[in-house]
Formats: sequence, structure tokens, C-alpha cells
Amino acid sequence: MALLEPPAIKRTGKRRQRRSWTGWAFAGPFMAVFAFVFLAPIAYAIYLSFFRTRLIGGTSFVGLENYKNVFTDAQFWSAAGRVTLFLLVQVPIMLFLALLVALAIDSGRLYGKAFFRVTVFMPYAVPAVVATLMWGFMYGNRFGLVANINEALGTTLPDPLSPGLILASIGNIVTWEFVGYNMLIFYSALQVVPKTLYEAAEIDGASQLRIIRSIKLPAIRGALLVATIFSIIGSFQLFNEPSILKSLAPNAITTYFTPNLYAYSLSFSGQQYNYSATVAIVMALLTMIVAYAVQLRSSRKER
Amino acid sequence: MAITRRTFLRSAAAVSVATAASGALAACGTDDNPSAPTVSANDVQAALEKGGTILVWAWETTLKDVVTSFQAKYPKVKVELVNAGTGDKQYTALQNAIKAGNGVPDLAQIEYYALPQFALGKSLTDLSGFGAGSLDGTFTPGPWASVKAGGGIFGLPMDSGPMALFYNKKVFDTHGIAVPATWDEYVAAAKKLHAADPKAYITNDTGDAGFTTSMIWQAAGKPFSVDGTNVKINLADTGSAKFAGLWQQLLTDKLLAPVGSWSDGWYKGLADGSIATLVIGAWMPANLESGVAAAKGDWRVAPMPQWTAGGNATAENGGSSLAIPKAGKNNALAYAFLKYATAEEGVKIRVDKGAFPATNAELKSDAFANKEFPYFGGQKVNQVLGQSAAGVVSGWSYLPFQVYANSIFNDTVGKAYVSSTTLSDGLKAWQDACAKYGKEQGFTVS
Repeated sequence: MALLEPPAIKRTGKRRQRRSWTGWAFAGPFMAVFAFVFLAPIAYAIYLSFFRTRLIGGTSFVGLENYKNVFTDAQFWSAAGRVTLFLLVQVPIMLFLALLVALAIDSGRLYGKAFFRVTVFMPYAVPAVVATLMWGFMYGNRFGLVANINEALGTTLPDPLSPGLILASIGNIVTWEFVGYNMLIFYSALQVVPKTLYEAAEIDGASQLRIIRSIKLPAIRGALLVATIFSIIGSFQLFNEPSILKSLAPNAITTYFTPNLYAYSLSFSGQQYNYSATVAIVMALLTMIVAYAVQLRSSRKER
Repeated sequence: MAITRRTFLRSAAAVSVATAASGALAACGTDDNPSAPTVSANDVQAALEKGGTILVWAWETTLKDVVTSFQAKYPKVKVELVNAGTGDKQYTALQNAIKAGNGVPDLAQIEYYALPQFALGKSLTDLSGFGAGSLDGTFTPGPWASVKAGGGIFGLPMDSGPMALFYNKKVFDTHGIAVPATWDEYVAAAKKLHAADPKAYITNDTGDAGFTTSMIWQAAGKPFSVDGTNVKINLADTGSAKFAGLWQQLLTDKLLAPVGSWSDGWYKGLADGSIATLVIGAWMPANLESGVAAAKGDWRVAPMPQWTAGGNATAENGGSSLAIPKAGKNNALAYAFLKYATAEEGVKIRVDKGAFPATNAELKSDAFANKEFPYFGGQKVNQVLGQSAAGVVSGWSYLPFQVYANSIFNDTVGKAYVSSTTLSDGLKAWQDACAKYGKEQGFTVS
């Protein structure tokens, strides 16, 4: 590469300019779409976050004041805390279950492998809105499944839609929805592992557990990382499930239940577009930091 | 000839736009309203002759027939009736359309509680410029007061919702419960009913801002007062405290069915008798007939329970106006339809379809008062509801940001329904949250 450089310098300025234009002609269409579809919305959100529009007094430039407010906003931090708790509890459970299913299917000892693979994956094909409505009906303790169980068995099950249990109930829905998706990621990663490794391990007398620990898990480390990062982003962006369950549990799910729901209420019922944009930006930054930290940590381990 | 008229109209429109713009710049809260465009009856007539299309956003079902008859009368006019959602869903869509500056309807259904917010946001046309002031006396006092804000008239009343007690007579008879005339009797009835049948509740409630404010209204509370940009919020005043004391008893003893209104469970409960009463607006009969058809003959209507025996105080619950968004394209034509639907032939069409009128003429007509409702076992329901319209306590006002306030009701007052928080603490939290928002929006809140 370095050897090719010197002649280029000798050429005239005109020629160099033409060369750079040719490059742009190829990259241009992409850059235009990229700028319009990806960069412009982000730039607009950042622009919005520097202003404040009020019912009385109109729009004014407020600099970083919105950001200052976010950092002292108890509602925002309670929402962020809630999704962090969700992340710490729900994501490990979901990934563990997904891994378990993937290993079971991959082990080849399961009867009806294809059936299980499709069945576990099926919930992912159900739209989140439909899934939540379905679970909402089941959770109902007056007309739903919970009510029917209570009636049939004479029990008093705790109300899954009460404030104390609602986060766990949402975690259950999300787990149901996404175990199959993560299982598929793990399973496809396991398919790539050369079968000869297993044979060699068996000849060495390794147990199945040992094979999992020493061959399979290290082999799908990359897939685990990808699934973890997707799950972190997914948890921080929690919106559909609480937003739909809100009509069934209006007093348990507040308008600031998750950061996304908060940003939504701010802009659509509160007309506080500027503050809403600020909340969205801060949350995006938080998500990036956490996802990056996880990636950094696991790639350091790899070395 | 046509050209001259068109140019005249165009220049008139230009003038009105200019005045509207200057009005938007002027300080708000002034009583004289320079922003009101003047459009004479002749202009409206001209618009009708010229024809065109207007877009109407409303969820009120009886308007469909009004559109049909209006189009038959003015064949050159086409009215597009769109249901853009009910209540706050529609307001969100409307606010977004206004903000975006396109897709704004020429006419929009706006409930009375939400009207001040849109009027204050300078999103609506002041109808005094169309001569709407001359309709004074056409409408009942409650709704007429509700469409006026800051010296302007920002909509025309379409229906009203004076409250009454709808009760399931079959359930009451089975358990030998008398129809409660006071709130104390209501609580007693709630206890008796639930003791007799643990599955039955006197009513349902999961925290409803509209219901709560209406109840405080009937108790002569005035938690919100608005003077220009000065807002006073006191959700601990006598009326509010009265309501909180009453409702807390029902909450503490778990005498309210934890079912949200308008949910599937709600309709089911109304049909099977597990929700025995509803204290709700006079627009309810049509909803019961269509949504709870199975309970035909079970329900009756009685006056709203009173705070003092023998009283006749009531409040409005819901009820909507039709308003003309400023950004709508065809204001003159929109006004023609607005007047037709709310003050002319349209009223009768809507009342025949089960709507509850906000006009004096219809309310006082014999045909209206003496109409027998087979759904209510032949009861002359409108006599009770008409009396309720006359007893609405005066002096009530909503916040200029009531749509937002109602959206956070369940964050604060809702806690009283699912935890040990008391209703009065919940109301206090609601007050604080409303005050905070009001200050952020530039109001002086005290």
C-alpha cells in the first residue's frame, strides 16, 4: 500500500480531485440515505433537547437545563432503576433457559427435535402486542385464567397485576417471548462446532457436562455476548408490554414505569417534546455505556 | 361575478389570518379577543353554495346520521367523518396534527374538560367572530359555560352529561335493597349487597379522573380555579374532602369492583349484575342499550345520591363540544356544519338516536320528556335526566391542562386503589404533580 502512495502525490491536483469525486459518487447515495435516516433524527432530537416549549411563554433556548433536570428527576431514575432490576433478574433467567433448550436440542438425545425447536421458537413469531394481550387475559383475577384457577381449586392466588408483582409478570411475558429467539442464536452457534471435537473428547472419556463446559460453551461465547447485548438493549427499551398492560393495571403501571414509557407520556400527554427528547438521549447514552462495558469485559476475558 | 366573490373571500381570509397571527403574538389572558376572525352569516352561506369537503374527527356515533342529512340538504358539501380515537387518544392525534401543521380536521369533538387546554394553546378558532354569541340561551347553562374561555367561545355544545344513578333493579329487588337517595344510604347499600352476595359490588372503580372530578363538583368543591395564567389548585377543599371521606369507606372495605370502565369485564359485570350501579352521565342509556343488551329490562334510572337529604345537586360527567381547529382549511363550511349539528336540525336527529341534548328546546319538549325506554322497563328516563340537568352545581372549572392532569391521575390517586395510601393523600400527590406541571408550563400556581 505504502509503495503505491508516492506516484499519487506527483499527480496534479486536478487528478486527485477527480479521484475523490468518483469515490463520493459511489458512497454518496448511501451517505445521503444514512444522513437522512440515521443522523438527522438524532441531530433533531439533540437540537430539541436544548429548547423548552411552554403553554405560556412559547419556545425558548435553555441550553443544558433539560439535562440538568433529568439528573434530578426522581421519576426518570425510578424508571431507570426498574429496568435495571429487570435486566439483572430477567435476562440471566431467560438466557439460561435459552441455553438449556439449545443444549438439549443440540445433544441429539431429544426425541422430536424439530418439534421442540419450532415450539420453543413459536412465541417469538407472535407479535408482542398480541402476546401481551393474551397474557393479560390469563393474568386477570376476575375473568382470566387466574380467576378460573381460583374458582376451580378454591385458592386465592396473588394478583399478578398488583404493583408488587407486575414487574415479575412482565418478566414472565418477555421470557416467554424471547427464549426461543435466543435459543435459535445459541443453537445455530452450536451447529458450527466441528463434530470431531466431541468424538475426541469422548475418546478421552469426557462426560457430557465436561463437553458442555469445555467445548460447547467456549465455542459459543460470541453468540452469548451478542444475545446478552441484545437483551440489555431490549430491557432498557421495555415499552410494549407495560404500555398494553396499563389498561388492565392502570394503578400498578405508572406513566413513568420504564424510561421509554416515560418519554412517551411526556411527549404525547404532556406536550413536553423537548424534555422527552432529553430523556430519550440520556437513556440512549446509558444503554450504550452498559452495552459497551459488557462487550469490553467479555472481550478482555477472551484474550 | 364569481371572480369578485372569490377575491373578496380570499381577501377576507387573508385579513382573518393576519388578525389571527397578531392575536397569537399578543399577550394572553386578555378579555377582549382580538384574534377572533369575523365571518358573517353571508360568508358561511356563500361557502355552502360553493361547496367543498370538510373533515370531521369525532367518536360520537349519532353524528353519522347528521352527516347524511346535511349532505342531502347541501349536495355540494361533502363531510368526511373520521373516528380518530376516543377521548385522549383523539386529543393526542389532534395535538400532533396541529403541531405538524397538516392533516388537521376542520371540526373536532372535544370534551368539555379538554376544551380549555386547546383554547389556551391557541389551537381553536374563537367562534364569537362567527356570531356564535347570538346562540346564548340556546344551550343549557352548564355546557354553555364550559365552551367559553377567556372571553371567547371555542366550541358549541354537542351533548351533555348531567349525572344520575343507573341501577340494576333486579339485583336490588333480589336482595331487598332500597334505592339510595343519599351517599350514606349508598354506602349502606354497598355493604348490604356485598354481604348478601360476595361476588356483587355496588359499582366498579379503578381510579377514574373524570368520575372523581365530577363527584367533587357535586359536593360543591372547587379544587381548580383559573384566572388568566393564574391557577389555583386545592384538592383538599371541603368538597374534595367530602368525596374522599365517602369513597375511602368503599375502598377500605373493598366494596368496589376492581374493573376498569369500558373493559370487557365491565360490560360483563353490568350484564350479570355483579356491578349493580353506575353514577354516570346522562349519555349512558344509549351505551347500555348497545353494550349491555342482555340486561334489557333490569336497569332503571334514579336521581344522583345527595349529600344532604332532599337536595337536588348534580354535576356534569363528560359531554362534548365540537370545535374548529385554527389550522383547519375550511372554517366557514365547518361552522355551517357545526351549527347544523349542534343547534339546528342535527340536534333532533341525534336525540332520536339516543344522544342527550345540551339544548333547552329539546330538553323541554314533551316528546323528549315523555319518551318511554323499553330497555329501562318503559321508564321515562329523560324526566330524571332532565331534572339532573337543572341541578348542576354552578361555578366549576377545569384546569387549563386537564388532559395532562387526568393522564397522571392513576400515578398518584391510583395508589389509593392498590395500596395503603389514603385517597386524600393520593389527591394531595395529584395536586402536587399538577402544580409542578403547571409551573413548568409557565402558569403561576398557588
